[in-house]
Amino acid sequence: MMTDIQVLKRKSVEYRQKILKYIVNAKAGHTGGSLSCIDILNVLYNHTLQVSPDTFQSPDRDRYIQSKGHTVEALFVVLADQGFFPESDLETLCQYQSHYIGHPTRKVAGVEQNTGGLGHGLSLSVGTALAAKMDEKAYRVFTLLGDGELPEGSNWEAALSAAHYKLDNLCAIIDKNSLQISGSTSDVMNTDPLDKKFEAFGWEVRHVDGHDLEQLKNTFDQVPFQSGKPSLVIAHTVKGKGVSYMENQLKWHHGVPDQEQYSNAVEELKLALEALSA
Amino acid sequence: MLETISVLTETKANLDVFSETLQQLAATDKDIVVVTSDSRGSGKLVPFGLKFPQQIVEVGIAEQNLVGVAAGLASTGKKVFAVSPACFLTARALEQIKNDVAYSDNPVNLIGISAGVSYGALGSTHHSLHDFAVLRAIHNLIVVAPADNYETEEAIRQAALLEQPVYLRFGKKPMPLLESSTPFEFGKGRIIREGKDLAIIATGETVYPALQAAEKLEREHQLKVTVVSMHTIKPLDTSLLNEIAGSGMPIITVEEHSVNGGLGEACASFLLQNQKQVPFKIMGIPDEYTVTGSQAEIFSHYGLTDRGISEATLSLLNL
Repeated sequence: MMTDIQVLKRKSVEYRQKILKYIVNAKAGHTGGSLSCIDILNVLYNHTLQVSPDTFQSPDRDRYIQSKGHTVEALFVVLADQGFFPESDLETLCQYQSHYIGHPTRKVAGVEQNTGGLGHGLSLSVGTALAAKMDEKAYRVFTLLGDGELPEGSNWEAALSAAHYKLDNLCAIIDKNSLQISGSTSDVMNTDPLDKKFEAFGWEVRHVDGHDLEQLKNTFDQVPFQSGKPSLVIAHTVKGKGVSYMENQLKWHHGVPDQEQYSNAVEELKLALEALSA
Repeated sequence: MLETISVLTETKANLDVFSETLQQLAATDKDIVVVTSDSRGSGKLVPFGLKFPQQIVEVGIAEQNLVGVAAGLASTGKKVFAVSPACFLTARALEQIKNDVAYSDNPVNLIGISAGVSYGALGSTHHSLHDFAVLRAIHNLIVVAPADNYETEEAIRQAALLEQPVYLRFGKKPMPLLESSTPFEFGKGRIIREGKDLAIIATGETVYPALQAAEKLEREHQLKVTVVSMHTIKPLDTSLLNEIAGSGMPIITVEEHSVNGGLGEACASFLLQNQKQVPFKIMGIPDEYTVTGSQAEIFSHYGLTDRGISEATLSLLNL
């Protein structure tokens, strides 16, 4: 009998396999960022969030809103695994007339909001969390932001309002992989220190290793970190995580592996899975 | 100036009607929520806030967050009215309108207050002469400029029930009540006056000067002029346009908006593509730095008055 963590670990590798499979098939995708955030999504959907295909229409469900919409492959793979739609649908990813476009869209079962423009998810989440407070509902709102999207001013407008309205039912997670399309995030536009900034805005902040499933699990279990305050998880991640030649390499922001590269990645992930079974 | 024309007494500003109607709706529906960006005073929403403190959300001067938060609220079933000066709402928060409201199909009612040149001498930063143009190009948004108190009240009531995003814009000066047998319905122009010689198709606060112009033309030139309140810019009432143009009447459009991309061009596009070629003129604010003045002075400067519109009519008719 596998422990919960062993199950999650296997899922993380399988999700990585699928992310690459469907990106290669689509000849498009945000590879590096999908691999950096997949462990977070794994823990959210398999442990934290109270939502499923059966409860998705319930007003009491937990919400997940992906602000960094471009890493949609990670989301689609997890939603398929949760049973929101058949995984084979992802063979149409980015194809002519497919609903499975390169960003989250509500035409796909399980997606809460259409995102893709950066700096939108946090405001949407604030509105959704406010509604829960108004209606005295117990659901929580989790949102995933990229570190590269934080210079968008709307994030900071939203951050102010989340603290102002004491939204302790809101948890934002920053996928801090420290790379964005044109370079390192600290070179393009430095946003550090994020913890001090958000704390100054009235948030309660935790740092985690964004690939440590146990840590992610325990951290999300503690939300809200403080009553009356919104929670921020700064997840320290590696862009391209899990495929050695992609890790921390800028070109895999939206690079698509060729056949040989893909074979190498498949082999590496197969070994990772075998190691987990040993 | 006001002679015997077919209007009732001058009533309230559409803004006041908006505020009163919202209070009536909120009294029996706790899902009515107003979101403001430090605009509860200018939106005449102070009484609303006092009566329904649990149904008003203040985001401060942050229009992007205003629209994003409104969209999040609407996604849970709230009937949301996001209220901000039209100039800021439709420019600064345009991406939120496009993505979070229209594209995501979150049925927010976007309320652009002090629209057009209502802010007068405060200048172009505070004018919204671009809103019809930009919002017309966004799918899944109804774009409306009510002319009088009746249209405003109906628009608010119908918008609250509609599960589709709506943009409503109006000004803050008292508006006379217009007489028409056509009930208000989104996408259906209201015929305010019927004639056979020419049609003036106007929207928002220019409908009244259009009506005054029609009365003046009849008095002074025995012309029978149709006047339409085309309150809904999108979807446009193309069947009414078809009917009017089908009779061969020349058409003048009037709007408190740039001549580029608004009601006039929407009508022209439809008519030209449907082989309805009639003498046609677009009246609005020209493509230039807008003259300084009150709303009335700006209207007068650009001919959006009974006199200006009747002169344009005579010119179009070669009289």
